[in-house]
Amino acid sequence: MYIAGIAAVLVTMALTLARAFMGPTVYDRILAVNSFGTKTVLIIALYGYFTGRPDFLDIALVYALINFIGTIAVLKFFEYGDLGRDRPSQPDDI
Amino acid sequence: MDIGSFLINAILLVFLAATAIAVARLQNLFAGAMLFGIYSLLSAGVFVVLDAVDVAFTEAAVGAGIATILMLSTIALTGIKHESIPIRPLRSLLLVAVVGAALIYGTFDMPRFGDAEAPAHQHVALRYLQQSGDEIGIPNVVTSVLASYRGYDTLGEVAVIFTAGIGVLCLLGGSRRRRTDPADKS
Repeated sequence: MYIAGIAAVLVTMALTLARAFMGPTVYDRILAVNSFGTKTVLIIALYGYFTGRPDFLDIALVYALINFIGTIAVLKFFEYGDLGRDRPSQPDDI
Repeated sequence: MDIGSFLINAILLVFLAATAIAVARLQNLFAGAMLFGIYSLLSAGVFVVLDAVDVAFTEAAVGAGIATILMLSTIALTGIKHESIPIRPLRSLLLVAVVGAALIYGTFDMPRFGDAEAPAHQHVALRYLQQSGDEIGIPNVVTSVLASYRGYDTLGEVAVIFTAGIGVLCLLGGSRRRRTDPADKS
């Protein structure tokens, strides 16, 4: 059962990798990285149950959070062109 | 390691090699940064299968999280394309092959994976496991090793991290003050 799940996730990993390698636009690649992070979370969770150590689930959850933050950073880069600078229209709060 | 873990590891390593080759062949730096994120996630998966969960944790946080953001910031400052410079692939390939062969030769002397007779399990680990409860009085062995047996080492690490934090705060604070300077707005 878990073996079948892991095999299925590995196949989807291969498909996602193919999209990341070929991906004509950058948005394909961003989406590929994001969904590859999800695949990593899934495979770690499945592997934890496969080896009888469900505590790996916590690590998988942290990976999901990191993946989210990374995607936010990449998308912000694309929206504004860089990451740290305040935009001129933005008031200098903080 | 049983056959299932071995197969998963082998497949993940094939993906890892494919990603590395794809990064080396790409001209677009942004796509390279994205593929490096995938590379980090894959190696974190390999580390989890090899039972090095803490290493995997660091790899995912630093490699996939922080390093990708740092690369993107660098691209924002420099530019998204790189000029192709003439390289000698044969010489580089030879160098990499020699270094790789030397590293593989070096692994022959290492104890097998999970070997109970390995030197790392013979020297002080037994004492830590059997007597740290009486000697230190903390039920968690890792905590007593880090905070007591290697207390000076940990103190040094904390000092290094504290210094790095002060440096980062100085850099960030300095740039913010300059930006709010009224002379800058004109």
